[in-house]
Order: sequence, then C-alpha cells, then structure tokens
Amino acid sequence: MQKTEHVQYNRAGQRVVSPDYLLFEAPREKQFMTGSEVVKEAVKRASVDASVSYPITPQSEAAHLIGELWVEGYVGVYFRGESEFGVMSEIAGCAMAGARTITTTSGPGTLRAMENFPMWAGSRLPIQLVLMARGVNAPLTIQPDNLEISFLLDTGCMIWHAETAQELFDMILAGFVVAEQPDVHVPLITAIDGFFISHTREAVMLPPDDIALPPYNPYKSPMVPLDMEMAPGRFLRDPYVMKSNYISYAAHTSWQFEVRAAIERSRPYAKHYLRGLIEEFGDPEAEIVFVASGTAAAQAKEATLMLLHEEGIKARVVRLKTIRPFPTQELIEALRGAKYVFVPEFNVIGWLEREVRRALYGNLDVPVIGSPRVAGGMTMPPEFIVKEILQFLGKEVKHVV
Amino acid sequence: MAKLGPSGYSPYPVAMYEGILTPPPGKALLFNEIVDEEIAMREAAKAMLTRENPTIFPGPQVLYAWNEEAKEKAKLVRKIAETLGAKIIPMYDYRPKYPKIDPEKEINPNHPNLTIWHNNIKACIFVGVHCHYANVALKIIRAETDCFTIAMCGNSGHEDAMITLRDQHVEELEKFIRVAEEVKKELGK
Repeated sequence: MQKTEHVQYNRAGQRVVSPDYLLFEAPREKQFMTGSEVVKEAVKRASVDASVSYPITPQSEAAHLIGELWVEGYVGVYFRGESEFGVMSEIAGCAMAGARTITTTSGPGTLRAMENFPMWAGSRLPIQLVLMARGVNAPLTIQPDNLEISFLLDTGCMIWHAETAQELFDMILAGFVVAEQPDVHVPLITAIDGFFISHTREAVMLPPDDIALPPYNPYKSPMVPLDMEMAPGRFLRDPYVMKSNYISYAAHTSWQFEVRAAIERSRPYAKHYLRGLIEEFGDPEAEIVFVASGTAAAQAKEATLMLLHEEGIKARVVRLKTIRPFPTQELIEALRGAKYVFVPEFNVIGWLEREVRRALYGNLDVPVIGSPRVAGGMTMPPEFIVKEILQFLGKEVKHVV
Repeated sequence: MAKLGPSGYSPYPVAMYEGILTPPPGKALLFNEIVDEEIAMREAAKAMLTRENPTIFPGPQVLYAWNEEAKEKAKLVRKIAETLGAKIIPMYDYRPKYPKIDPEKEINPNHPNLTIWHNNIKACIFVGVHCHYANVALKIIRAETDCFTIAMCGNSGHEDAMITLRDQHVEELEKFIRVAEEVKKELGK
C-alpha cells in the first residue's frame, strides 16, 4: 500500500515543519544582516498571527519590518498602537483571542508599558517581546545600555538574552515553541543589547523561507482562549478574589507561585531548544572566569583570547543564555574550580552581578567582582576587560585604553 | 507533590520549588516519585475507593461537547464515577458567582477549599480542568485541606497533585476504568 504523507501549509503558503527540523536540521545559507533584519527573517518563519508596533529607537526598524511581512502575507494582523502601553495591552488582546503574537520595544517604551508585563504573565499569555535594550535616564539617552532588563526580572516573564544576531534569530523561533508549551505558557522577553546587535551587520545562517513553525494551538492554553466576555477577564471579577481578605490571598498567592512555577517548567524545553541554558568558552581549567550575558559575553570572549595570547593568562567565560529561569545549577557546576569571578556588564547597577551573587550564596565560596561595568552608552572594548584583570592581578598594564 | 501541607513560611506550597517536575511522557508522578502509569493508576483508584466522599471535579474540557474527544471523555468520566462510587461536582467554568458559589453543586478554582470543606471530601480527581486553574486550585487544596488530590491531565500533568497522570485521552481513561475495576475487586468492594 502506498504511504500518504500529510503536508500542512500555513496562511502564507509555507510548508509547516517541526521545530526541531527548522532549528537543527534544515539546510542553512549565509546572509549578512542586522539584528533588526534578522527579527524579520525569524518572524517570517514563525507562522505569526498578530503583531502590534510603536516606534522607539532602537527597535523601530524591526517593528517596521514586521509590518512589511504583514503586507507580504506572512503576518495575519499588524497595526500601530497609540503608545507602548497601548501596544502591550492590544497585543494581550490578540493573545487572549488565541493568536501567536510578537512585538518589540526599547528603553523608555518598556517602562511606559510596564504594567502590562505582569498582566501578561498572570493571564498566561505566551507573547514574545523582542527587547532591544537602550538606556533609561533623564536626560533622555539614545544609547546602548541594558539597565531596563533589571526592571523586568520579576514580572513573571521568561527572559532570554541573545549574544548575536544569529542567536536572536534562533531564540525567536525557539521562544515560541517553549513559551507555548501548555505547562509553561508565560510570556518571553527575548533581549538583545540595542544598537550593538540591532544596528550592526553580521553573518547569519538562515534556513529556507518556504518552511515555518507549526501554527499556535490555543486550545492547549492553560486558560480559556477569549476569556474576555467580562472584560478585563472573568477571573478579575470574582468577588472572592477581589474583595475577601482571607480568600483573596489564597488565590493570589497560589496564582503568583503558579506563574513562577511555570517559568521553572520551561527549563527542560529551553535546554533542548537552546542547546543548554549556558555556554562555556575558553580553557575549562582556567581559574579566572567571566560570567556574562549578551554583548558583554562577546566582549569577555575576546578579552579571554587577548589574555591568553598576549599575556599568557588563562581565563574562561560562562555565558548565560537565560536570565529567567536563572541557570543556578549550571552556573554553580561551571564555576567549580574558579578562583575569581568577574561580571562585566552594560548597565550602572550591575543586575547580573546581583543575580550571580544570589545564585552562589551558600552554594559556592568564590569572590564575585562586579567589574568592568559601563553605562550610559559607553562601549566596553576587550582591552578594558584585559586591563581590569591585569590590575587585579597586580600585573603591568601594557595597553592604554 | 513532595509532601502534604504547607511548606516553610508559605501557606501555599509549590511542588516545583521543592524540586518536583511534571513526569516525562509515558510516566506518572506518585507524590515525588516518577512511576509507571499503571502503578499511579492503581494508587489513584485505591485512594478514591478507600477515602471518605470521593469526588470527581470535571472541568470545561470534558463538560462541553466542543470536539469528539470531549464527548467520549465525558462518557468515560461518568463511568469512572460509577466504578469508584464517586460524586461528581463540576468546575463548569471559571466565571465569578454572585454572591458566592453553592459548594454542594460546584467548585471554583480560586477557592476550591470551600467545596472540599463543605462536602468533607477526602479524595478527588481533577479531569478536564484547564491547566492554570488546576494548578492554582491544587496548591490551595494542598495547603487548606487534607484531601488526596489526583490530576488526570490531557497535557503534561500537575506536579502539585499527589498523583499526576499525564496525556490522559480516551484510551488512557478506558485503561483507568479497567485498573479501577481490578482494584475494586481486590479490595472486596
């Protein structure tokens, strides 16, 4: 008997393939693209139903390019919100109606939209937000800086931090798959360092654009789709939840723990689709270790090579791909044998240093040095990092930075 | 779930924070142990057949005829109730009820303890409840009651239940009925 193969196509006429095929097996071709262009390429292959946009540097181009995909028929619904708050509320409406959704924002826009992020998480909406981080400050800054990630750490959203445009492409596709698992089903913030990734061009390997992720199945949602007949959601109108002093805390506590438990449940899926929650780079025996994420990790890798080749000093990098869930166990294992841990960062407060200290406290006794740290748009050339290490070790600094 | 009752200073325990994950495909969770599905089914049947006022809480996914599987599952849930001698109290949707729920007739995910207290339920099965609402309710039940909780989930399961059966579709519900009939015979009921 002849075997019949069932081939499924999405609304754009792309052949639907498994996430594993799209991410790991499909042939790839080299392209030279900015991070913003890469967002378009990922969304093009993601069977996205809806996207809402609002301009703010540095994410405007990515939002604009998703709009082009709507014109080309790859995205079902696309419109401009009234503000970032409007965007994040409207995209929630789309997700509640059962749509696969993606949006983008940056810096002050993130803060303007802030109230929505815990609402997304509590409503179990697997919205993907591509966050192109930019400084948050008065006077207004339009510079690369990832301070805003710290504001998002406890919103109940997953947070992944991409190092390169290539990783951003892969994370966007993997992100939909992980966030839409029925036992996870919380929003995902896919962060990059704005300008460094969004505006610079690099080689990326892309699968063909005539294949795409399977469409989202809202009937697997842990909440009822279109649960909006009593706006803003029937659960918000329960008198016991809203008013009773005793019973309301039972529901709210349980609800908040459930959202955090959902983030924890994403670990095995993220491990598979991201090929691990951390990446280790450099000599595994090295006692000097940089713990970093995003662009700071890329700079630390370069510094590691300079330290080895120019100074004969062994160092290594532990790069964190996910911030929520935080890869605590992986980090502890990777740092066994470390003598000094440096945390280079692109923000004034050192949010990653805090996270690392919290993860290691009581688990591993190793000095954590929150340095080098730059903010407000400064760059962090690898020479900075090399200088920091040499000074710390009491060695002569040959480079003048 | 790892253990009965509250955990640490939090009255609302979270099995995930105690290191308990949902079971892998093909397996089930019996407290904090990953076991074969049949072993968990036997323990679930035993709990329902030996504890006071066993009750099934069916949710919207099996109460409404929204697809063919739901219709089949609804019939099987009724058969499970007959086999186990269990009452059925539906969680028929998640709407607010004014001025309050009638605990003899329904259960609400945000205050499931009211129904369990009122009816003195010592063992229950969640089936067809949307995962988020099941998880919220199971945490509250664990903290506020001594009810033995069993989750029959069509997706990945619920680590906050004392017994978690995952990927429970028509075939699995039929298997559970067979197992329950065997356990019933063994118990001389």
